[in-house]
Amino acid sequence: MRKPRKDKAGIMLAAPMGLWVTLFFAVPLLIIVTYSFLKKGLYGGVEWEPSFDAYRQVLDPDFIAVTLRTLWTSILATLTCLALALPTAYAIARSRHQTLFLFLTIIPFWTSSLIRIYAWINLLSTEGLVNNILLALGIIKEPLHLIYNLFAVILVLVYMYLPFAILPLFTAFDRFDFTLVDAARDLGSSKLGALVRIMLPSVRSGITTALVFTAIPVFGAYTVPLLVGGMGSTMVGNIIVDQVQKTRNWPLASAFSVILTLVSLIGVLTVLRGGRKDKKSKEVRT
Amino acid sequence: MQGKGSAISIQHITKSFGSFKALDDVSLDIAPGEFFSLLGPSGCGKTTLLRIIAGFEEPDQGEVLFDGTSVLRLPPEKRPCNMVFQNFALFPHLSVRGNIAFPLKRKGLGKEEREERVDELIRFVELTGHDNKKPGQLSGGQKQRVAIARALACEPDVLLLDEPLSALDAKLRQSLLVELDEIHDKVGITFIYVTHDQGEALSVSDHMAIFNEGRLLQAGTPYEIYESPSTLFTASFIGEGNIFPCTALSSRWDEEDDEWIITVDVPALGRTLEVTDWGPVEDGRRLYFSIRPEKVRIVAGDVDLGPGCFHGIVDEPVYAGYQSKFYVKTDEGATIRVLKSHTTYLEEGPGIEWKDRVSVIWRPADGYLVKEEWHEET
Repeated sequence: MRKPRKDKAGIMLAAPMGLWVTLFFAVPLLIIVTYSFLKKGLYGGVEWEPSFDAYRQVLDPDFIAVTLRTLWTSILATLTCLALALPTAYAIARSRHQTLFLFLTIIPFWTSSLIRIYAWINLLSTEGLVNNILLALGIIKEPLHLIYNLFAVILVLVYMYLPFAILPLFTAFDRFDFTLVDAARDLGSSKLGALVRIMLPSVRSGITTALVFTAIPVFGAYTVPLLVGGMGSTMVGNIIVDQVQKTRNWPLASAFSVILTLVSLIGVLTVLRGGRKDKKSKEVRT
Repeated sequence: MQGKGSAISIQHITKSFGSFKALDDVSLDIAPGEFFSLLGPSGCGKTTLLRIIAGFEEPDQGEVLFDGTSVLRLPPEKRPCNMVFQNFALFPHLSVRGNIAFPLKRKGLGKEEREERVDELIRFVELTGHDNKKPGQLSGGQKQRVAIARALACEPDVLLLDEPLSALDAKLRQSLLVELDEIHDKVGITFIYVTHDQGEALSVSDHMAIFNEGRLLQAGTPYEIYESPSTLFTASFIGEGNIFPCTALSSRWDEEDDEWIITVDVPALGRTLEVTDWGPVEDGRRLYFSIRPEKVRIVAGDVDLGPGCFHGIVDEPVYAGYQSKFYVKTDEGATIRVLKSHTTYLEEGPGIEWKDRVSVIWRPADGYLVKEEWHEET
């Protein structure tokens, strides 16, 4: 008797959240999926006629190149984030000034991301700070092309999403019992062996979270490639905006959105599956 | 697995963490195969010393010798000792088997040999049937056994134990302590056991060392440490004592009992007392007199029990089942703690109650002198 009543209370409590998600997440997603299978209207919008035109257009070699580049850029940016975040998070977790360093990690969030991207433009442009300093020091004769290319896109993406990788990794390292490393060494592991065999498996869930937290926003990036990228570094996010605003091909924009979502989903599921083994042992631990 | 422990020699070890001196010129010798305890309050340096022996810390000065050979240059993984950690430090993502097999894999043992050894160890610590459980599924006592099996896997010469029982509840602690003692008897290697629990140290050690504030105060057998503590700290840390500052008045040799009898003036007790010692004590020397509560005899009523008898009233009786503690306020104004074991009603008669008048006495041979100088303010 008691259990069903408890469930009812749960449903009631979950109702506002459920309603919110349905209205503002599920319904728009459904609209996008539907639009992607319709014909484009003459001046934007759609005509209610089922069609695979949009998906056929996606297979255009130019578009495929952009999609592949997006994938490649995202992977590179995500892995760079992880490579930087791992030692940083480790150092913060072991530091006596944890709070200070975490605070510093979060500080960038106090400023609009747009302003921060513009700051990067100021740093990287031909007459920017970096070039000026290098010129003044006589290290270079001609200004370097630091901006409006793939390098700048990846650099700024890494900058933007690094905190999202650091924070979950910090949590994982902070929770990690470092006497386990001592124990591993005592039992015959080298220093490196102890880190790889004992610490890495223990922080795996943190790595998974960091991967997901950075890969998804990076994959859907739009402002960064728009502002610091060049012709050769457009990403899928930019195509979608162009299709909505300029070309007014809403079904094509929707189709790209669907593809973006699907690829992200597959990526996340793959990473999570890899992390599941670790999750199991974590459940056991608690 | 028989008698192949190492002799360990700690020589003038000093270790500081910033301005905090964790160990100050500690020297100590541990015989092969013995159960040696390092005892002291938290922060006394005992764990630091253990970590130096294990190789996790480097001393600022001094030497650590295993069978006469220095091990200071060896990293922890190369030292012939293994450690049982305070919170077990089992690898959470590995099963019981995986944990025990870990050191064997590092050693490069073949699969067959390894499995055989793991089976043997699992039987040894009586964990058969739990092979494939993860540490999170084990009880505290089981975790402890895995930790011990894992540490013994590579047959070390020395087993280091860092407060291995402190994470367990009192009942379990007792039974695991007995098991630990049995394991020690079976494997025959040197055990170095760090604890802050004097009961544990007294009951299982062959020898023990008392630490406080980074210094080694006294080392000896549990009997020596308990019966003749050399410092005021040891006297008050180990067991309970009635400790009073006193001044030696005279010493004389008692031929009959083959011992020295020292006459001391104990202002707190308002008396001059006699106490035995190994040798004479310089007249006028300031030191402490102590008598253990369980060595004081207590009798109801004002009875003359002979020379050295005190009379007073029971200020506070503390009943603890098999024994009672009495805080006796003497007519001279001192408080003497007395411990009385309960036997049968026939032997004891009616119990001693609060505010009862009592007489207490002890034999001069049961008291002892702590040779540490006291100063006016104490």
